[in-house]
Amino acid sequence: MKYAYYPGCSLSSTGIEYDMSTKKVAKSLGIELWEIPEWNCCGASSAHLTDHLLALALPARNLAIAEAEGLDVAIPCAACYARCKATEVEVKNSQEMKKTISEVIEREYAGKTQARALLDVFVNDLGLDSISALVNKPLKDIKVASYYGCLLVRPPRLGFDDPEDPQSMDQLIKALGGTPVEWAFKTECCGAAHATTKSDVGFSMIEKILTAAKEAGADCIATACPLCMNNLDMRQSQVEAKFGKNYGLPVFYFTQLIGLALGLNPEELGVNKHFVNALGLVKKLLEAEGRRDTA
Amino acid sequence: MERIELTAALAQGQELLAEVTRESGVRASKCYQCGKCSAGCPVAFAMDKTPREIMRLLQLGLMDEALQSHTIWLCACCDTCSTRCPREVDIARVMETLRIIAKKKGYVAEKKMDLFHDLFLKSVEKHGRVHEMGLILGFNISGMQPLKDAHFGPSMLLKGKLSPLPHTIKDNGEVKKIFANVRKRGGKV
Repeated sequence: MKYAYYPGCSLSSTGIEYDMSTKKVAKSLGIELWEIPEWNCCGASSAHLTDHLLALALPARNLAIAEAEGLDVAIPCAACYARCKATEVEVKNSQEMKKTISEVIEREYAGKTQARALLDVFVNDLGLDSISALVNKPLKDIKVASYYGCLLVRPPRLGFDDPEDPQSMDQLIKALGGTPVEWAFKTECCGAAHATTKSDVGFSMIEKILTAAKEAGADCIATACPLCMNNLDMRQSQVEAKFGKNYGLPVFYFTQLIGLALGLNPEELGVNKHFVNALGLVKKLLEAEGRRDTA
Repeated sequence: MERIELTAALAQGQELLAEVTRESGVRASKCYQCGKCSAGCPVAFAMDKTPREIMRLLQLGLMDEALQSHTIWLCACCDTCSTRCPREVDIARVMETLRIIAKKKGYVAEKKMDLFHDLFLKSVEKHGRVHEMGLILGFNISGMQPLKDAHFGPSMLLKGKLSPLPHTIKDNGEVKKIFANVRKRGGKV
């Protein structure tokens, strides 16, 4: 299985461990990723809140490069995925837009290459059976709150899962031997850049999600978005201080959880790069594994 | 409370309402004011007008009230409203469109949020990618809050999560051309 790979800007800085774990895990699972050479930013929310055409043209350049290679694009970041998918669909559905976009990016792009969320590729192309067959350190006794956020599942015409009660990440957690918790905040918005630009509002939104995960009995949260990670992990201490709470909830990229279950080295998956200590939970997991082995 | 002559407002608002309809592809008249958008909106608690109220303002032609609201800037583009609307009104797209028009008219109720997006796009145009550290520093300095979140800086650098220098892609001329071509077609970038 071979895909073009679009990491997006965050994965070379604040979300570097998402890039590390994606590459490691894809290799272990036999998925070949061809990184789009000299890829550009998808424009994120900033472009679509500024100009509709710019918001379509920026992702189109990357998609056009992948299309020339005849590859679909695997995209880890939920926000990049949503921007790329929106472009693909709009170009596919309108001859006029196809012409306009090709003129603006000065490259041919027909909307043939599909933008695919990495989670979708793992769960639906590779399949849960193939993944669970390779698990050698199951996430036994680990309760995980699968947090999809907004852009993996909305708008529904672009998503690959149920927009209100998505299941793909929960099923993946089960395939890894973990226990997904039932909770009502799977697709609630974390506020994205609000924590930076309008902190009071952003922190309140993060607080609700962390509180819901804690109340559902989760040991950790799984995410597929570097901005969600930043908000839930890096800002967790700020939210705790503001609201007088104590969560201590580690947050993982779903790729890191796959990697741990496959027995990969936690540091190679970047598990040591989080702000809320995530290695403690990994240690607990490995100790439990050791006890089972000697029992 | 100020008295509003609704018949006159409707007539005066027609031109701008037509622009919203054209740019967003959404007819405001489809909304039957059930309020489901606002019940599910995760930012409604911080808004001066709920999403339902924004839709009602459009129906009444009270365009300035909608364009000057904080709501259109506070919208986090999460699409919950559009996903749940029983009339399939893409409310999030309306918010985005109102924001673009508000900016053109010089109504910016949330200046810092606007600044953030401007700096973001400047970074993309210059380097082809957004340089996160430069963006945050630029945002804090322009926003007169140079030390905001600064305590995260050292550990971010130690963890290898921030690059002090931007990475400029080799083909950045292509990205600059995309911006230029969008401007040629009337894009306000």
